[in-house]
Amino acid sequence: MTWFLAHLDRVFELALAHTYLAGVPLVLGLLLALPIGWLAQRSPRLRPTVVAATGLLYTIPSLALFVLMPLILGTRILDPINVVAAMTLYTLALLVRTVADGLDSVPDHVRAAAVAMGYGRVSRAIKVELPLAVPVIAAGLRVAAVSNVSIVSVASLIGVAQLGTLLTDGYNRALTGELVTGILACLGLALIFDLIIVVVARLLTPWRYVQGGSR
Amino acid sequence: MISGLLGWFADPATWAGPSGIPARLGEHILYTVVVLVIAAAFAIPAGLFIGHTGRGKWIVTSTNAARAVPSLGLLFAVALWLGPRLPGEVAFLLPSLIALVVLAIPPLLSGAYSGVEAVDPAARDAARGMGMRGSQVLLKVELPCSLPLLFSGLRSATLQVVATATIASFISLGGLGVFLVQGLAGGDYPQMAGGAFLVALLALVADGALALAQRFIVPAGLRIDDRPRGRRRGRLTPSGSNTASAAGPEVTRPQATAPPAN
Repeated sequence: MTWFLAHLDRVFELALAHTYLAGVPLVLGLLLALPIGWLAQRSPRLRPTVVAATGLLYTIPSLALFVLMPLILGTRILDPINVVAAMTLYTLALLVRTVADGLDSVPDHVRAAAVAMGYGRVSRAIKVELPLAVPVIAAGLRVAAVSNVSIVSVASLIGVAQLGTLLTDGYNRALTGELVTGILACLGLALIFDLIIVVVARLLTPWRYVQGGSR
Repeated sequence: MISGLLGWFADPATWAGPSGIPARLGEHILYTVVVLVIAAAFAIPAGLFIGHTGRGKWIVTSTNAARAVPSLGLLFAVALWLGPRLPGEVAFLLPSLIALVVLAIPPLLSGAYSGVEAVDPAARDAARGMGMRGSQVLLKVELPCSLPLLFSGLRSATLQVVATATIASFISLGGLGVFLVQGLAGGDYPQMAGGAFLVALLALVADGALALAQRFIVPAGLRIDDRPRGRRRGRLTPSGSNTASAAGPEVTRPQATAPPAN
């Protein structure tokens, strides 16, 4: 606690960097996962392949992916872009299946009604199916957000500054206060991400919270 | 950069001695297996028991919540607190292994628990109706039925341990992470990339091997596939009736809760 109070500025600065490194990939990953998940859900033949291929990305350990990114992207080794790209892949790996599952949860009669009202494939996906899939997608996004916040801290080992820097530095200098601050700050940030997703999902699906409503 | 990587692999010195690739790979696999066996010895019986009796669900919930703790932080915290209290060699090895066991427990526990939890109550009732005792129901019905989710928990735990063992090399646990530590310290990118490549390969091979084992061990009738369930069921029932389960827990494929944060 004393360490935290004495280094408020530093913690805040690192927390901002952490938010950027975990948050930007979350948004990018979701934007990529929506069309891919939609395509996978529409095609029973494509689905197992796409879900397995994206799932395979998640198998690669984070530290290895951070280090190998420069080979793929041609970037510098310590470039934070490597972390953003790797985290985007992880987010994508978690969300493609979630998006497909979310679209599965749209009742067939709703889909049929949208077809009858003259919605085309794309406008139906965006205006009818996607809003109804929000609860399932938000649940997957919460998992991805918490795991992103945790994984990003590993990047401190290769020298990319964020809250993980407090963990590495606290360990190296045997400063328990700094290490504990780092852990609690990561937990706090994960909680904030989680809360934001819950609130946004709630705002996007007002019908679920109508009094006396069925869901 | 790629030619540097190939050069590193081509160098005979990379393969020789106690810090060569075969030795480091052996260490990494040994740590992973030891940690998984210890964690499974605690977590799987506990998960099966909690699922069978329905008692102590809070244990599963709280271990799942604890997964938000960054694995790097847990590793360093255990090492910092325990390291100075242990003598010699053990001080380097034991804290890392303890942290790895702690990290492997949540996916194994929730895999075993949610596996038993997801067993069709009708199957359980049928087993009791046939006169099976509690322990027989658990071993002959609930355990086989829980295998798909138990396996997905085991795969998550394995990836978690392989990934975190790499990180543990930074606090002087051996294994493939040593190439990353040395490469980083010496500014030797080919060595770092080579180590990272081997770690990624090991993770993929380990997951593939477990997926294969799963195919042989899990009875055919219990395999979870990726076809959307609603659609399959929809063909058999009168139109529209499958909407009852829409957005319910049945539509999404059951998962042993969250994947690991590697």
